[in-house]
Amino acid sequence: MNATLATVLYGLVGLLALASAIGFVLGRRAKSPEAVKTVENLNARIRSWWMMVIVVGGAIALGDTVTITLFALISFMALREFWTLTPSRRGDHVALFLSFFVVLPIHYLLLADEWYGLFVIFIPVYAFLMLPAIATLAGDTNDFLARGAKVQWGLMLTVYSISHAPALLLLDTGVPAALLIVYLIIVVQLSDVFQYVWGKLIGRTRLSPSVSPSKTVEGLIGGGLCAILAGTFLYGMTPFSPLQAAGMSAVIVTAGFFGGFVLSAIKRDLKAKDWGTIIEGHGGVLDRVDSLTFAAPLFFHMTRYWFTM
Amino acid sequence: MTALIRRFLVVLVRILVGARGDWQGCEPDTRRRVYFANHGSHFDTVAVMAALPWEVRRLTHPVAARDYWGKTRLRRFIAEILLRAVLIDRQPVPGSQPLAPLEKLLEEGRSILIFPEGTRAEGEEIAPFKSGIYRLALAFPDAELVPVHLDNLKRILPKGSWLVVPITCTARFGAPIQVGPGEDKVAFLKRAREAVKALGRPA
Repeated sequence: MNATLATVLYGLVGLLALASAIGFVLGRRAKSPEAVKTVENLNARIRSWWMMVIVVGGAIALGDTVTITLFALISFMALREFWTLTPSRRGDHVALFLSFFVVLPIHYLLLADEWYGLFVIFIPVYAFLMLPAIATLAGDTNDFLARGAKVQWGLMLTVYSISHAPALLLLDTGVPAALLIVYLIIVVQLSDVFQYVWGKLIGRTRLSPSVSPSKTVEGLIGGGLCAILAGTFLYGMTPFSPLQAAGMSAVIVTAGFFGGFVLSAIKRDLKAKDWGTIIEGHGGVLDRVDSLTFAAPLFFHMTRYWFTM
Repeated sequence: MTALIRRFLVVLVRILVGARGDWQGCEPDTRRRVYFANHGSHFDTVAVMAALPWEVRRLTHPVAARDYWGKTRLRRFIAEILLRAVLIDRQPVPGSQPLAPLEKLLEEGRSILIFPEGTRAEGEEIAPFKSGIYRLALAFPDAELVPVHLDNLKRILPKGSWLVVPITCTARFGAPIQVGPGEDKVAFLKRAREAVKALGRPA
């Protein structure tokens, strides 16, 4: 394992140990029922963070194949959460089966095979044409346009977009690609955490109660700036200069924000609060990777365009 | 060995379709109960069983149709050995006692799981209930009749398909019901069906 990567992973473990300690102290101090509830939620989140750092950090430390496999599993679980909440009809059955067991594996195999040309067009060209074509064979034309769009959006958000995080492994930027994946995830997730913390501390003005009741303007600005600052300081992990790292972090934070916002809007449309129940305090897998769905493809393509040799 | 395969089956079902138990109207309990659920696919028996905690599951026997589950040796093994199911005739010979094996289990203090629709419904709606549950309710007035709603099962494995789509299924357990004083068969069956249907809309 690369020395920088090791330092970063140990740093994360240290950070979480600190968070756990703070959570423990807060838990002993909390008196009012409301405070107890907030601290309990905070501690549940910290416990989940341990799990996520161990799983994702472990996979990345174990190498490219394990990393790609892990993201394929994340996509699988996210796609499952998407279809658990999104209604479908009998006529979509084969298209759904193919999404899970043919399109998703082929897409990630193309990534493992480093076949970039087909990797970027397989879902938006071949899957998007093939799946509605197969759905016509069932003969059900009710809501056909909307149903086709759901099948496509499900794959786009949960498989295609998310896979652009491990796709960073394809890029030769002069630094180990695993570091770029960790960098992307750190900035995206720190942005979420900082927005949550700032929102809890000074959040007053709701950004859009109809889409995401917990998001506030203060949280967004304070949290976003903190995440950009953190991303700038971590420029040593990347091929970017400090200024470039700030710009990249700003893109990650902005895209990540809209990723979370768009997935919240879909959740509201489906009348759900969370995508799932698998991660304690966080909801489902898709609740945790929602920001990544928008941040990963943008970060990938900007890095590929400007920083590959 | 059988216990190991059983455990494996439960884990497999949990991975494949989630099979999470959501206890809305009662808590898991080992007391004598008749669980009755909507029927959507071949998965629903295993889905409910996997959603029950182990202590409850080992005392609960699903009821399965002999004409399907008794047909081949493999199906028989899955049903009778792995799921501890009781096979009954859907079209009983006139004069026979099709419910006798269930009554025997309930007399022993065990719980059973039935699908009162009798067959997997074609459409979105829950089919009208058959009368077996009413007769069991009269014969065992102290047994708790627990409605169970399984969502998404028709989307996981619809009738006529062998392709499993791994959508998550939640088994929602509602508040127990009983036959009211002087309540007739039609009214009770309708109420039982409504109890299952109401769980389909999450609170």
